[in-house]
Amino acid sequence: MDDHQHFKTGRLLRAPEGFLNPAELRQQPTPEARRRFLRGAFAAASAALVTGAARAQANPVPAEGGDPNILNLPPHSLSLGQPVALEGYGKPSRFEANLQRRPSPGLTQTRQASVSFAPLQGLFGIVTPSGLHFERHHQGWWDIDPSTHRLMINGSDEQMLKRPMVFTMDELMRLPSVSRFHFIECGANTGMEWGNVAVPTVQYTHGMLSCSEFTGVRLIDVLEMCGFDAKRARFVLAEGADGSSMTRTIPIELVTSGQVLLAYGQNGEMLRPENGYPLRLVVPGVQGVSWVKYLRRIEVGDQPYATKDENVHYIDLLPDGQHREYTSIQEVKSVVTTPSGGQVLLDKGYYNISGLAWSGRGKIAKVDVSVDGGRMWRPARLQGPVMDRCLTRFNLDWSWDGKPALVMSRATDDSGHVQPNYAQLRAVRGKRSIYHNNAIQTWLVQESGEVKNVQLS
Amino acid sequence: MSNCLKRIAALSLLLAAGLSAAQPTNKFDGIGRTATKAELKAWDIDVRPDFKGLPPGRGTVAQGQDLWEAKCAGCHGVFGESNEVFSPLIGGTTKDDIRTGHVAALTNNSFPGRTTLMKVSQVSSLWDYINRAMPWTAPKSLKPDEVYAVTAYLLSLADVLPADGELSDKNIAEAQQRLPNRNGKTTSHAMWPGSEFAKGAKPDVQGSSCMKNCAPEAKIASYLPEFARNAHGNLAQQQRTVGPQRGVDTAAQPAAARPAAAPAAAKPVSALLQQHACLACHQIASKVVGPAFKDVAAKYKDRADARDYYLAKLKSGSVGVWGSVPMPSQQTLPEADLAAIADWLVQGAKP
Repeated sequence: MDDHQHFKTGRLLRAPEGFLNPAELRQQPTPEARRRFLRGAFAAASAALVTGAARAQANPVPAEGGDPNILNLPPHSLSLGQPVALEGYGKPSRFEANLQRRPSPGLTQTRQASVSFAPLQGLFGIVTPSGLHFERHHQGWWDIDPSTHRLMINGSDEQMLKRPMVFTMDELMRLPSVSRFHFIECGANTGMEWGNVAVPTVQYTHGMLSCSEFTGVRLIDVLEMCGFDAKRARFVLAEGADGSSMTRTIPIELVTSGQVLLAYGQNGEMLRPENGYPLRLVVPGVQGVSWVKYLRRIEVGDQPYATKDENVHYIDLLPDGQHREYTSIQEVKSVVTTPSGGQVLLDKGYYNISGLAWSGRGKIAKVDVSVDGGRMWRPARLQGPVMDRCLTRFNLDWSWDGKPALVMSRATDDSGHVQPNYAQLRAVRGKRSIYHNNAIQTWLVQESGEVKNVQLS
Repeated sequence: MSNCLKRIAALSLLLAAGLSAAQPTNKFDGIGRTATKAELKAWDIDVRPDFKGLPPGRGTVAQGQDLWEAKCAGCHGVFGESNEVFSPLIGGTTKDDIRTGHVAALTNNSFPGRTTLMKVSQVSSLWDYINRAMPWTAPKSLKPDEVYAVTAYLLSLADVLPADGELSDKNIAEAQQRLPNRNGKTTSHAMWPGSEFAKGAKPDVQGSSCMKNCAPEAKIASYLPEFARNAHGNLAQQQRTVGPQRGVDTAAQPAAARPAAAPAAAKPVSALLQQHACLACHQIASKVVGPAFKDVAAKYKDRADARDYYLAKLKSGSVGVWGSVPMPSQQTLPEADLAAIADWLVQGAKP
């Protein structure tokens, strides 16, 4: 292949074993395997020195014989593997330990009122593994005994609801259930970047975003059991059972249309404790703070509630000093996850540019990708299924010529709303909001292959 | 079927019909039950902007100050000004703001930060939140009169109430009329997914669909400075080690750029206390929610196994030794940090 000349360019990279810490190295299954592993690594390193292309897993035509990974059969080809059920609940490969949800240093002073970000840079498809789902806690998380958890439904006055009711988890889980895929995004996602670049990778720029299959009961089914006054009801208040007893106001239309779920399931199992076990609200298209965790109570009312997280936080500061309140919809947005900030491309040549697009107003209709800073755009392939208020994966073929490139994506939803760039967004909303930054993200691919977070304007 | 049985069947049909007329849908037979009055009272604690749900009661600024210093100042500072654990509550509002209902500092791009009192537009939001979620480590422990008192103290710090003032269910509507940012909110936008507020509003920002020879944004205007390269940890350890790319090794620096002889010093204990939010409940010399560190150190100074004792208490959490407010388990802290804090206590908790 002609492209082999490309292996001679570029900078030295550490071999993959350099990324394992000593504890991980000790986990090698047998001393023999460890010995072979090192020997293989040294062989690869010396081969690399000879050719001057010390790339991780470079795949050059061997000078003679062949690749030792092929010629010298490894232990897993030569001996007996592990038995079934060694782990009652399986874990990712030890080689995947780098992909963790992480807090952003300096963002908060406590870890109970804080955020951890999902590692979008390493995820495939649209579903977030439950253990990597982003976290946002306001007063610490709990693992609540489901046999003690109750859901109460009441009205803001005695006429609003004929019969205030109490349900156990057993009862809720007996009711007809639905399963739906939806994204959940914190209203403050990308909030650190309103004014300027502040963080290095897509994990920190966009990682308050996850997507799951949620299973639960339609809230409307439960409200109808209580006989709520459909003429007077305008809002529901959702309230959590934890210390913060998070409360948020939800418009009744999202409930009566059957969209809002009382969810107990996530990706085929029960919700994770960090995500609200045993019960959370699912409010498709709406910012994560409204998806109240540890849900204990729903009140049907005729007025909004101006809760702390509607009146002091989750309000959007405009240039004229006014704050928008009750800004709930997560508007059309997308981001390229590969290549993305903090990565180093291994070589010139073919790459599959890949990313995620979503909108709180419906389905993704189109995603365009630019590699020249927004002058020319090409439509990306949308990977099915494309679902309502759900992450959509997009892909685009790209051959990197080794020159600097500015990689961007721009989503359009089926309401016709097009994702803005920073100049367009800031012209209306200024630079000082914290919430609802849906601007086009730009990644600079440098000649060295290193990718940086940049903003244009 | 005997007549008797028929009559019973008809009667139960009638009963069922009677029930469904008076009762909500009963599609899901046998599921759920009516909430009792006591249950509703226990959980229905929300307070709306029209003060629906607000229990009667009263508290003075002076009472609030005592409560504040005992239960709130550890995190929020004596004057609600602290930025140590949470964003400041107080500051940035003026007497003129109280007159206009707009906080002028919000239009000042160079004003640092936004305090709670600069943003809040409903006094009910403060009362409701303090009542349901404060103090941070003992939420829902304040009685209504105490919530009034704490809210009164907070409002007095922003000149909404006088220093000798009182807040009650009777005068809270007047306090609302003096909130500095009471007119500072708008619902005129397209981001509410219901028919209330600005129904039919169009999205305020629309991107361009241009595909060819579009006018791009001018140039690279912002990127991370070189000194922040490793601020989020080594990015090489945050990327998959197989696939089209690796993470860039941000810990590696060119030899010339490396500062001469700067071995990584262990973090001072003060930084650890800060980082792990110990200072939310403890101070070094004075009692806050939990005991002063120097009092703890004094109590166990003669104990031979003090270090192990501290380590065990830090990991397990504790209640009852210094009071009824429990200290949560700190077992998620790194072992080295726990050890450093324990050693520091053994050495007398010197500031």
